[in-house]
Amino acid sequence: MSERSDSLRTEVLEYERGASASQWSDDPLHGELMTLNMGPQHPATHGVLRIIVTMDGETMREVEPVVGYLHRGKEKSCESLGWMKFMPHTDRMDYVQPLLNNVAYALSMEKLACVEVPERAQIIRVLLMELSRISAHLIYLGTTGIDLGAISIFFAAFKEREAIYDILDAYSGHRMHNTYIRIGGVYADIEEPVFERTAEFLKTFPAAVDDFEKLLTGNRIWYDRNRNIGVIDRASALAWCLTGPNLRGAGVEYDVRKQEPYCGYERYDFDVPVGTLGDCYDRYLVRIEEMRQSARICRQALDLLRKTEGAEFLAEDRRYVLPPKGDVHRSMEELIYQFKIVTDLRLPKGEAYVPVESSKGELGFFLASDGTNKPLRCHVRAPGFLNVQAIPMLARGRLFSDMVSLIGSLDFVMGEVDR
Amino acid sequence: MIGLGVGIDYSLFIVTRFRQLLHEGLEPRELSPRDGMTAVELPLERLVEGLARLAERAGFASASLITAVDHHPKSPRFRLVHQLWSVDHADRVRIETWLDDKEPVAPTVTHIWPGSAYMERECFDMFGIRFEGHAGLKRILMPEEYDHFPLRKEFPHQGIEPDRLYRAWERERREQFFERLAEESR
Repeated sequence: MSERSDSLRTEVLEYERGASASQWSDDPLHGELMTLNMGPQHPATHGVLRIIVTMDGETMREVEPVVGYLHRGKEKSCESLGWMKFMPHTDRMDYVQPLLNNVAYALSMEKLACVEVPERAQIIRVLLMELSRISAHLIYLGTTGIDLGAISIFFAAFKEREAIYDILDAYSGHRMHNTYIRIGGVYADIEEPVFERTAEFLKTFPAAVDDFEKLLTGNRIWYDRNRNIGVIDRASALAWCLTGPNLRGAGVEYDVRKQEPYCGYERYDFDVPVGTLGDCYDRYLVRIEEMRQSARICRQALDLLRKTEGAEFLAEDRRYVLPPKGDVHRSMEELIYQFKIVTDLRLPKGEAYVPVESSKGELGFFLASDGTNKPLRCHVRAPGFLNVQAIPMLARGRLFSDMVSLIGSLDFVMGEVDR
Repeated sequence: MIGLGVGIDYSLFIVTRFRQLLHEGLEPRELSPRDGMTAVELPLERLVEGLARLAERAGFASASLITAVDHHPKSPRFRLVHQLWSVDHADRVRIETWLDDKEPVAPTVTHIWPGSAYMERECFDMFGIRFEGHAGLKRILMPEEYDHFPLRKEFPHQGIEPDRLYRAWERERREQFFERLAEESR
């Protein structure tokens, strides 16, 4: 048995040597492995990812991502700060879509505390989440484009992103780290200027997406550098724990918004785009279509907001929900509640995990409470962390230039990967 | 009337059984899942078998998260949590296992879901739980030379000698610089 396998191995080796010798006969570096260090400061790694690549000529033989350069101990911070004070920290994880992180954290806390969120707050959350999703996908599009040599798409994408930042600025007074989601609702109601700006943005955005497609979809260079690269099939995408657009690109029709609705997503009419081949190009197409669908959801949310004008946007539950800021300035009692909730919020004993469809995949906070004012455990199920894991499997045996499109299309943010 | 009688009888029966179980030392779970997810406790020696069966027969094709919870002053201390996810049934299940206090060791599940490798490495990095059979079990978020496990409850929030490695690196760099200077001046 062992004799046979030995002879088989030599055969394979000889075959490989022969095949590659004829293929790479003019390559002086062939056969000599070289270790190349990419990152942690490299423009194409989208943050502080370091990748150690063992190369055979231009071919990647072994790939090892090294993460942790941006580790700030967010989970430990949550366990020592307490429930309420951790909310601003969630913004700093996936910093291109802070509001989605806020909602994911708030949903898990609400599950623990059994707080019912008013309808208007849910609509506002959906609107903000979809705007965040669009802005996160625009980051993917712009940065991947510029990495692959398409400069104009970067400016086109960031122009639209600026409009979203303006909307969020008009709503919350912050462009990036909003922290405007509260347990039991949202901090403030949507008002007229935000309304108008969002409606205006949604009017022009579909045409902008068409422009992106004109720039990239039929572009020969973009097609060649994305088609058949990073191909992953349905079963292995699941086994490698990929989620979100990466999984849908591989042909799995699973969207948490459809299958396990939260925040009232079952009321909205939208489609879930699915790829067929599971390569970088399919993932790109899925994301483009998701932007269109997000705009569609936003339009419906605006209509619903018009219908529920003047309704409650924060639950009335003084055990867990912060009192409205205006009342805090006027009433001593509300001030005491505010102080009590920020410093000493106690959630009931138990565990909760609520999945949320973020732009990178399934995001969720696994929270365990032992009834004290500090969480027993706060674990972030970060989709980007698992997207990074898929790099070696997809890159092995490919040319080095494919690495750039692969990193771009797997789409992760190091703030979330390292936490 | 008969229905009411049967109802009262049955509820009394349930209450008695509950009290009997309490008497026998079986306490209700301390942390109940409040999100409606099925949570099952498996003993350590049957963990891999149970998870493999869930993956093969029940369609749990993906692991959603693997993490641990540290109940520090209590014993047993470490609870390992595997949360599985089924696309076909749009279902999730949580499998929990209690580990040893002194030397927390658990079998790996990377042969069932290769994607769990990073999550297990993170568990090892943060709690010091060893996964038997894991190829390449090493630190992932903390530096490799770090001696502590940050998410254990006795680890302080401000950290233990957080700049030790940086200082060592800086000292080495300074020494190299002066050596080079001395060589050049020679």
